[in-house]
Amino acid sequence: MISDDRDNGMFKVAPSPHLRKDTSVKKIMLLVILTLMPTTITGIYFFGYHALWVIILSILSAEITEFLALKIQKKDFVLDGSAIITGLLLALVLPPTVPLWVPIVGSFFAIAIAKHAFGGLGQNIFNPALAGRAFLMICWPVLMTRWVTPFDAVTTATPLAALKMHNTFIASNLDLFLGNIAGCIGETSALAILIGGIVLIALKVIDWRTPLSIIGTVFILMLFLGQDPIFHILAGGLMLGAFFMATDYVTTPITGWGRVAFGIGAGLLIVVFRLWSGMPEGVCYSILIMNGFTPLIDRYIKPLPLGVKKTRVDKE
Amino acid sequence: MTNIRRFIWPLANKGVRVPDSKLSKDKQIEDAKIPEIATIYLQQHIGAPCEPLVKVGDYVSVGEKIGDSKSFVSAPVHSSVSGTVLSIEEKIHPSSGLKRDAIVIESDNKDKWIDRKKINDISDFKKDELLQIIRESGLVGLGGAAFPTHVKLSPKNKIDTLILNGCECEPYITSDHRLMVEEGEKIVKGAEIFAKILDAENVLVAIEDNKPDAILTIDNIIKDYDLKNFKVLKTETKYPHGFEKTLIFLATGREVPLVIENRAGLPADVGVVVQNVGTAKAAYDAVYEGKPIIDRVITVTGDVKEQKNLLVRIGTKFSELIDFCGGFNGTIEKVVMGGPMMGICQNDLDVSTIKATNCLLIFGDGMTGYKKRDIIPKDIENPCIRCGNCVKVCPVNLIPTDLAKYARARKFNLCKENNIDACMGCGSCSFVCPSKIELAQLISWAKNEARNIK
Repeated sequence: MISDDRDNGMFKVAPSPHLRKDTSVKKIMLLVILTLMPTTITGIYFFGYHALWVIILSILSAEITEFLALKIQKKDFVLDGSAIITGLLLALVLPPTVPLWVPIVGSFFAIAIAKHAFGGLGQNIFNPALAGRAFLMICWPVLMTRWVTPFDAVTTATPLAALKMHNTFIASNLDLFLGNIAGCIGETSALAILIGGIVLIALKVIDWRTPLSIIGTVFILMLFLGQDPIFHILAGGLMLGAFFMATDYVTTPITGWGRVAFGIGAGLLIVVFRLWSGMPEGVCYSILIMNGFTPLIDRYIKPLPLGVKKTRVDKE
Repeated sequence: MTNIRRFIWPLANKGVRVPDSKLSKDKQIEDAKIPEIATIYLQQHIGAPCEPLVKVGDYVSVGEKIGDSKSFVSAPVHSSVSGTVLSIEEKIHPSSGLKRDAIVIESDNKDKWIDRKKINDISDFKKDELLQIIRESGLVGLGGAAFPTHVKLSPKNKIDTLILNGCECEPYITSDHRLMVEEGEKIVKGAEIFAKILDAENVLVAIEDNKPDAILTIDNIIKDYDLKNFKVLKTETKYPHGFEKTLIFLATGREVPLVIENRAGLPADVGVVVQNVGTAKAAYDAVYEGKPIIDRVITVTGDVKEQKNLLVRIGTKFSELIDFCGGFNGTIEKVVMGGPMMGICQNDLDVSTIKATNCLLIFGDGMTGYKKRDIIPKDIENPCIRCGNCVKVCPVNLIPTDLAKYARARKFNLCKENNIDACMGCGSCSFVCPSKIELAQLISWAKNEARNIK
């Protein structure tokens, strides 16, 4: 509409602002991948080469599925790193003993169904990695619950399962913190997760509210319910879930208070699942359920704009 | 109640930190050459355009009124050179890129002024008389919005606070900064005129803390004259702290209502009027020296050989300003009127300055004051990943990504329901977006479209 009125000019014309912050989706994804490295490396350190293969195959499968899914939809393929994160996160929440086809199938489900069937990057409702894990849990529950001790790979139960089934603590809180316990590849070492998580918070890539509200809710509720709150925070997938799954931008609320609501809801569900469900662990399902609540949270928790008394203007 | 709401949804600490790149902050204001040809657009303000008062071939002096309108929300325009009216024709206007009526005057290089009535004291003047002088001098907000000053100075409500805006939160621009340092006294005297017209008890001079010399100058002048009702307000250097509504909130804690009595809220509704420091200086010139607004300080910065602060006659061609700064430095990509955050791209240099032109910013491969990656995003737009950065920075607490989504779907009703009118168009959301979505552009477009639906 403007061009009709213009003579041919010499310069580029673009909307303001003319300065942009030096940030991109790729950079954010790269940072998340880097901060997952302590967790990945400790996982490989504890559970050996098999864990490394699980991770590699999971990432490869995710990236290839991403490529094919975009090709089928006739979209351009860009290596933005989001599929790498999905593949990596899925591998980190798999037991170290799974056959090597399991991560391939899981990543395929995560990318093809949980991500692209919902519309691709930015459109998926459920965290793809967790959806992949949930799918594998339902289809191959036996493969998904075969746990081994670190280093010597002796079959054992996870600390949470031991508590649930036999009402015993099989690991000290220090072992839980360092990760010297049976569990998923990337879930065992709270320390490694904390290092990455704190870096992400310091770089303002993720919001501190989400992990704090999840961990805080679980801590307080477990304390009041007469459980060992430290144990429950360090055990299972809580740390990885709180710092890396529940902070996934796409599937969690966009406002600060929305994220707090999300965290409290997830924390509440984790406590319910751990104490009263048939499963020892519930972080995966808790976050997936809260993912489903995210649009609702975003609809009702909105910031109050300058100069108005109500967030939403009522229809007349 | 409002306090609890603001505790939950704070407005403080919003905005973005942009490298301020004030390249010309130590450059004294220089007089630019009086142009051979002055192009005076008939609309240089918000409101009704002026009707020409002269014919082709007429002789005009500097400061002669050549265009005016009967409408209240309008401001007359004056000749900035002495000479003959060459033509009255359509010229490309720098703020819209569209052809708009303008009076073209050829200078006779004599710089012959109209008779100017100079005064030393305003205490004998009535408010109406001062207001009349300000209107006749064609004063508009010189910070960029160009809202007629006399309209702002005729509020229906009681005004208790006058805020003098010297924040200059846009990067690169230093025209207000230099004006405060060099002409601080005139600014303070201009503010006194405003305060007298408004009966305002308090005058706050808001200056961002990246201008310590300006803060010092103004503070000293206030002390020298022993002005009890004046105060310097040091604000944090953050964009967009210099925006009217943001500044009012930061300075007084009051929120300009978005809608009041079925019209858009104004600062006067909360007892505040904000005026730019440049406008205050122009008011001094108009009242004390009988000089209508025929020139202003413009920062020419970025990829020019020498960055300068120039006192420029209104209607000077952009190309002349660039020549005056030694020409371009390297290959030029963009020429922007205004700052980098809200400035308007120019298609070519055959346009002339208007009252609201505070800066001419040149982006090219000289990379003066910025890095390549900062200016021209080469990345294709990515889908929104809902990172929430735009929500975090939005100075008016909107959800820019949602509004942009509704805008793309042409759901203007939804935009309206979500208070799209609160958007000031500052561009902070586009600045931080990692997906490089043109949020500000989409929102300002939708805001206009939403206005048309009832």
